[in-house]
Amino acid sequence: MPTEGIPPHSKVILQTDHLSHVSGDAHLVDDISIQVEEGDIVAIVGPSGAGKSSFLRLLNRLDEPTAGTVWLEGIDYRMIPPQELRRRVGMLMQSPYLFSGTVADNIHFGPRQRGEELPPETVEQLLERVGMAGYADRDVSNLSGGEAQRVSLARTLANSPEVLLLDEPTSALDEATQRGVEDLICSIIHQQDLTCLIVTHDTQQAARMATHVMALEAGRLVKYGPVEEIHIA
Amino acid sequence: MLDHLFLDPRALGLVQAAIATLLALGVVLLARCQRIHLERETLVALVRGFVQIVVVGSVLLLLLQGPLWASVIALLAMILAAASIAARRARGIPGAFWVSLLGISFGSGLVIVSMTWLGVIDSAVSSLIPVGSMLIANAMNTNGLALDRFRSEVQAHAGQIEAGLALGAEPKQTVVPQVQAAVEASLIPRIDSLRSLGIVWIPGLMAGMILAGTDPVYAAIYQFVVIAMIFAASGLTSIVSTLLIRSRVFSPAQQLILRPGINSGR
Repeated sequence: MPTEGIPPHSKVILQTDHLSHVSGDAHLVDDISIQVEEGDIVAIVGPSGAGKSSFLRLLNRLDEPTAGTVWLEGIDYRMIPPQELRRRVGMLMQSPYLFSGTVADNIHFGPRQRGEELPPETVEQLLERVGMAGYADRDVSNLSGGEAQRVSLARTLANSPEVLLLDEPTSALDEATQRGVEDLICSIIHQQDLTCLIVTHDTQQAARMATHVMALEAGRLVKYGPVEEIHIA
Repeated sequence: MLDHLFLDPRALGLVQAAIATLLALGVVLLARCQRIHLERETLVALVRGFVQIVVVGSVLLLLLQGPLWASVIALLAMILAAASIAARRARGIPGAFWVSLLGISFGSGLVIVSMTWLGVIDSAVSSLIPVGSMLIANAMNTNGLALDRFRSEVQAHAGQIEAGLALGAEPKQTVVPQVQAAVEASLIPRIDSLRSLGIVWIPGLMAGMILAGTDPVYAAIYQFVVIAMIFAASGLTSIVSTLLIRSRVFSPAQQLILRPGINSGR
């Protein structure tokens, strides 16, 4: 729900407070205040250039807000070291952007940044969850687009994020693969009771996946609420 | 033919320069016929180049007669100018001048000081200035190439770098492949110089030494020494500059600030 100076709430995991991002003359994100409760799945919809991805990038602090801030479990996220913040607020990008090496190397990437070494069983479990069991030693250059996106999801999950940001995770995939990856994401979110924000241009996908819908236009929030109450064209 | 007409070497030089300029302008005219307009740029470059080199010649004349500290100051001034020129290749990256200054100072400075101390470079001004300037000039070119390549590699792989950041990686960890690519690419001309030495080109220093009466075999060996020193100075410069520049493409909040469309200006 949109907020106006609401203090951080115990069930609220993520809250944006007059969040804005201006680049040159363009107001990419314009004064957005929302709060997301634990377990919410928020679909961010809107036309191209509405600021959906820009909003998501601010949540992961890949871009710096020009005004306002984000509260993560009641803490201003500027007070949290960026590396810790990004571990807690994981992000799956439109393209998988796998690092050269094996699938296992990619799964290990996040934990190794903190000096943690995942046991092989954990790597295998993560791969099983994304339907890629037995792929640990495969070179990533031999994966299909759908497989690469699944590995990318497993790589993000390896960091055990509290909030998962998904930036059009199926848009770079062919139609046949899209639905499979979407179903996989849905099942993982529900199994782990993850709080999730998904950017999508597909309103049907939003209706299928989300508990809440957030509609943006020209960087501004125009609608926000439970999916059954919001009419999305 | 000209040397019979002009006995004064400076007058002879001016006439030779005028003839070479006419030749260059002839090429400009030829280009103009093809609607390629190089007139203004070439004219400015010719005048600038002539004035600069004559000034340098005059300064060298003074330096050759002056004390050693004057040469050191001249080399430091060259490093300063080299850093300023090389930094232009990294526009959009904050602090590129200081990175270039440190890189070139370290790379060429270390080689000049250590090689002079060991006696590989003669400490006489007549040797120190030309050899030192060669090392600095090549370090400058390598530094420019390294920074330019690093910038384009980072912009081309912004998504990959941000994927690393989004997974909680330390910024300098995310640009390791870009640093490697920049150092490798910047040293290609230096490696090619070593490979082609004596086969494709006989460098000016060796030719000059032979003309001055030095034993051709010694001149050839010393030319190899100079090219190897150039490689060392360039390599050190490239490594130091890219290691220093890598953290400057990120903001204090560990955000990639060098992204396509944001800092593409040269």
